[in-house]
Amino acid sequence: METFFAEFIRWLPKVGLSHFLIVSAILFALGIYGISTRRNAIMVLMGVELVLNAANINFVAFSRYGGVNFDGQVAAIFVIILAAAEAAVALAIVLNIYQRFQTVNVDEISTMKE
Amino acid sequence: MELFDIAFFVFAFITVVSAFIVVFSKSVIYSAFSLLFTFFGVAALYVLLHADFIAVTQVLIYVGGILVLMLFGVMLTNKIVNVELKTGTLHTIPALLLVSVVAGTLGGLFYSTWKGDVAPPPPPFESTTKTLGEMLMTSYLLPFEIASVLLLVALMGAAMFARRRTKT
Repeated sequence: METFFAEFIRWLPKVGLSHFLIVSAILFALGIYGISTRRNAIMVLMGVELVLNAANINFVAFSRYGGVNFDGQVAAIFVIILAAAEAAVALAIVLNIYQRFQTVNVDEISTMKE
Repeated sequence: MELFDIAFFVFAFITVVSAFIVVFSKSVIYSAFSLLFTFFGVAALYVLLHADFIAVTQVLIYVGGILVLMLFGVMLTNKIVNVELKTGTLHTIPALLLVSVVAGTLGGLFYSTWKGDVAPPPPPFESTTKTLGEMLMTSYLLPFEIASVLLLVALMGAAMFARRRTKT
């Protein structure tokens, strides 16, 4: 068992910039999929959050490995600020839509007003 | 360095698997709670990238703020009698096509620029908070102030917008 773990750990590649980029690409693709397929508006918002997190991982990874020193981390902070503002406004819009239409399914809301 | 690699793969696995659950789970509540694990996994990745302040900010704002806001949204937009809180999916096939195109493009791009060698040996870990604070107060002062005004406007607008209207 110990030898198996040792072999497994030796088999793992050294982690570099590309591994972080690939994780963020997976998160980005999943977020896009969630945005475009979910019916519930709140699930769409969760997809948006996944996409923003993917972008943030890229910023921080490039600030670590890519020679973009602390500028990448400052950009990540601004992305987090905008995500907070976006979530608050979007939730307010969703609540308003629910009061008006009694549903938050994005395919049933096709008119601008009743 | 081996501990770093193992930690990276563990946290990347947690992040990706819980993101899959977020996207593919039928229940809104399950999605919201696995989004919690995704956010924690991303915060751990930030720690591995020597960005301690960003990691703490991620936990505070995403987990403590945005996720709670999402849960409030779930609770407020479902009727109590509507027990199952299920959510359906729309046009899955075009979305799968789109996502495969996006993921293929990104993967191909990363693969074609793949550097076999890893990063230069890391500098000794030091806290980034002081540097970030100084940068926010000097070279990023204007975006910082704009962001503060934007947050004020957005939160006030959201509060006003979400208020229950009285019949007029």
